[in-house]
Amino acid sequence: MAYFKRFSIWQLLLVLMSLPTMLALVGVLTAWLDIDLSVLSHLFEFVIPNAVLNTLALVLCVALATVVIAVISAWLTTVCDFPGRAFFSWALILPMAIPGYVMAFALVGALEYTGSFQTYLRESFSLSLLLPDIYSFGGVVLALSLTLYPYTYLLVKNAFQTQGKQSLEVGQSLGLSTLQSFWRVSLPQARPWIVGGSLLVMMETLADFGTVSVFNYDTLTTAIYKSWFSLFSFQSALQIASLLLLFVVVVSLLERQSRHKQRFTNSRNTVQARSRILLPSLYAYFACAFCGVIFFIGFVLPIGQLLLWAIPHLSLEITDQFWRYMLGSFSLSLLAMTIITAFALLLAFAARTQNSYLANWSVKISTLGYALPGTVLAVGLLAPIAAIDHYLARLGFATPLLQGSMVVMLLAYSVRFMAVAFSPIENNLMRVTPSIDAVSRSLSVSGLSMLRRVHFPMIRVGVLTAMVLVFVDVMKELPITLMTRPFGFNTLAVRIYELSSEGLWQRAALPALAIVLVGLIPVVILILRADKVQQ
Amino acid sequence: MSTDRLNLCCEYLLVALMLAMLVACSAEKGAEQTAHAMSADPIVVYSSRKEHLIQPVFQQFTEQTGIAVEYTTDKAGVLIERIKTEGKNTPADLLITVDAGNLGYAAAEGIFQTINSDVINDTVAPHLRDQQDLWTGLSLRARTLVYSTERVKPDDLSTYQALGESQWQGRLCLRTSKKVYNQSLVAMLIAEQGEVKTEQTVAAWIANLAIDPTSNDTKVMQAIEAGQCDVGIVNTYYFGRLEAKNPDLPLALFWPNQSVAKNSGVHVNVSGAGILKHSSNSDQARRLLEWLVSEQAQALFAGLNKEYPVISSGAIDPQVSAWGEFKQSPLALSKAYQLQPAAVKLMDRVGYQ
Repeated sequence: MAYFKRFSIWQLLLVLMSLPTMLALVGVLTAWLDIDLSVLSHLFEFVIPNAVLNTLALVLCVALATVVIAVISAWLTTVCDFPGRAFFSWALILPMAIPGYVMAFALVGALEYTGSFQTYLRESFSLSLLLPDIYSFGGVVLALSLTLYPYTYLLVKNAFQTQGKQSLEVGQSLGLSTLQSFWRVSLPQARPWIVGGSLLVMMETLADFGTVSVFNYDTLTTAIYKSWFSLFSFQSALQIASLLLLFVVVVSLLERQSRHKQRFTNSRNTVQARSRILLPSLYAYFACAFCGVIFFIGFVLPIGQLLLWAIPHLSLEITDQFWRYMLGSFSLSLLAMTIITAFALLLAFAARTQNSYLANWSVKISTLGYALPGTVLAVGLLAPIAAIDHYLARLGFATPLLQGSMVVMLLAYSVRFMAVAFSPIENNLMRVTPSIDAVSRSLSVSGLSMLRRVHFPMIRVGVLTAMVLVFVDVMKELPITLMTRPFGFNTLAVRIYELSSEGLWQRAALPALAIVLVGLIPVVILILRADKVQQ
Repeated sequence: MSTDRLNLCCEYLLVALMLAMLVACSAEKGAEQTAHAMSADPIVVYSSRKEHLIQPVFQQFTEQTGIAVEYTTDKAGVLIERIKTEGKNTPADLLITVDAGNLGYAAAEGIFQTINSDVINDTVAPHLRDQQDLWTGLSLRARTLVYSTERVKPDDLSTYQALGESQWQGRLCLRTSKKVYNQSLVAMLIAEQGEVKTEQTVAAWIANLAIDPTSNDTKVMQAIEAGQCDVGIVNTYYFGRLEAKNPDLPLALFWPNQSVAKNSGVHVNVSGAGILKHSSNSDQARRLLEWLVSEQAQALFAGLNKEYPVISSGAIDPQVSAWGEFKQSPLALSKAYQLQPAAVKLMDRVGYQ
């Protein structure tokens, strides 16, 4: 009897957690009830084909570039040892704190024909050194890859850390060389982490608007905005958004399908300093140079450009308001991080213990929101919330309860960022063998207390990773914040948008630097914690 | 160990909650204080014009009238959708947005009420207002030609259309067609010379492009300055900003379409506003609108962004008036909304990215 009772509570929880995303999805899909043929036929003839090809190319190239950068640098800094390893190990996470659109306009500012870095190269080394045009497909891929590879890097690093030294030692005792043990032991075992990270990267790329618009690169997202803001057809915008969703559903189904056949369990021993592979000097130089180049283009160059812009405008931008933007960003991210990570933990645990169709579908739906452009998602959620408000108003509540309060904001964030928190937690939960659950139950520790006393200590690196990802993501988030913030509540991201969309990059540089600075706090905490866990 | 972790988690949660409450309280307290100090209900404004361009104006209004103004900013399309969804519950009284196309869309979606103000009817020129009196322009922006003073003689320039001539092959820079400023410029050309001829004009521009369309007006001018191209189309206030920073800028503005047909001239657009149908405070909102077209408010509202006032008696910023006078296109701006989708589709057809 008691079993059934708990069973139904978990099921209910799963359904409740996927409900907000479901509402937003229904909002998007019902758009097909009303078709504006004149707009749609134009879009399908002149806009969509190009947009689909561009989107596909972008998603594939960014996914590939981030996997290459992330896997190589994570392997080098976790499994190998070379001069500078300790520094790059955490420094390579830093580009994550730079929002995509900021990375884009900072890179463009430095690398375009009239940009600071390009001009410096021209004047110092005469005309001979000309860089390729940043306003190109390569430029978009570069900007997106540099902000997004840390997601995969964090996850894959976590995989290599928890893979255990035995597997590497077994490989070495069987006579595998360094490179062979990478290809044949480390890489296959890290697959779910790599795929999970790439999935996040792909979804983020699909939903991106800010970065691509700096390069005037047309994707499905820009097509959504075109039909909404330029052709004044919100319905068609939602219809294109459902195309985006289709993309994600296909990719994530493929990923889950392939994963079900495998189990990845092993967490007894983490890689420790003693067991790292010491690279011979030539390889060590390469390793150092590889990490150095990534760190330079991904962090030093954009930050340098922002500083160059910000310094002359310091007195104009540092006002009482500025500190409020910072406090707003920080507290909002902290709050969202706490709530979303807790939800993701519950979701992952419920899905693990329930393992039913309902559970699988709830997870799939709850993690779809990441691929929707924030604006579409926010508007999709607004309709049901407005309906509730109308209902409450009829019951006699004078002021709208939900709108313009933090509740809507946090709800929308959790729809959008559930996937970000879920992925690292779920991956780490997989490392906990089912037999541990069985033992725990036999000692009559189950349910929430099993999560707390058995699972949580084993997956805390994953939880920490989830917290950092969500914190930084919420800090960088713009469209939902813009639309649902209460009157007079501002964040750094909002400030950056207001200034940069008017072409005032120089003034936007200071809040951009502030976002990076505040975003670095959790990264530093993560590093300190992860180091402690390793010891 | 695990209790340590749990304690840590609880601490996190507590800190987060406290901080959020602190922010929420301080925001509310601020609102309360202003509400107490003022007698009337605050006017609530949704604005797609950015905070740094409206906040000083509202502050002056509040100082003079004692009426508080609350506002939030977002993109025009999002705000309009939000107002529609909020329906009768909307807290907003006024929508301020940029571009006649957006104002026309808002009017067509039925979210405005008629303004009914003699003050506005008497001071704002008719082609800068809605024909049904649902919105009014508040500041005027001109989209005109900019050229390199080193490589182009002003005598070589004449009209927007002439930028498609062969002498500009590989010398023209344009901003993306996704920006509404170019959409309304093309909409004006359609109104003046019909869709077929406009499609030829725009296709000829594209054939003359020196580099891919840029993401903003400033880039167009930087490209001309760097010698990548010689001529482009920009809004004057972007030029004003660059000029203010560098008075020796090797660029100048040119007013096109001055001597051709009577129905032509420099393309102008407005930022403007309308009172919302479900406004609970429409009298005060009207009062704010009327104040915004007063001479003093116009100098501030337009001056903050180096734009032109919408009233004929309005003082023009000295830097702006130094660019000279020009003949505006007399096209009623409410036309822009009707023709904008056609303009967007036309630009898609000729491959103007």
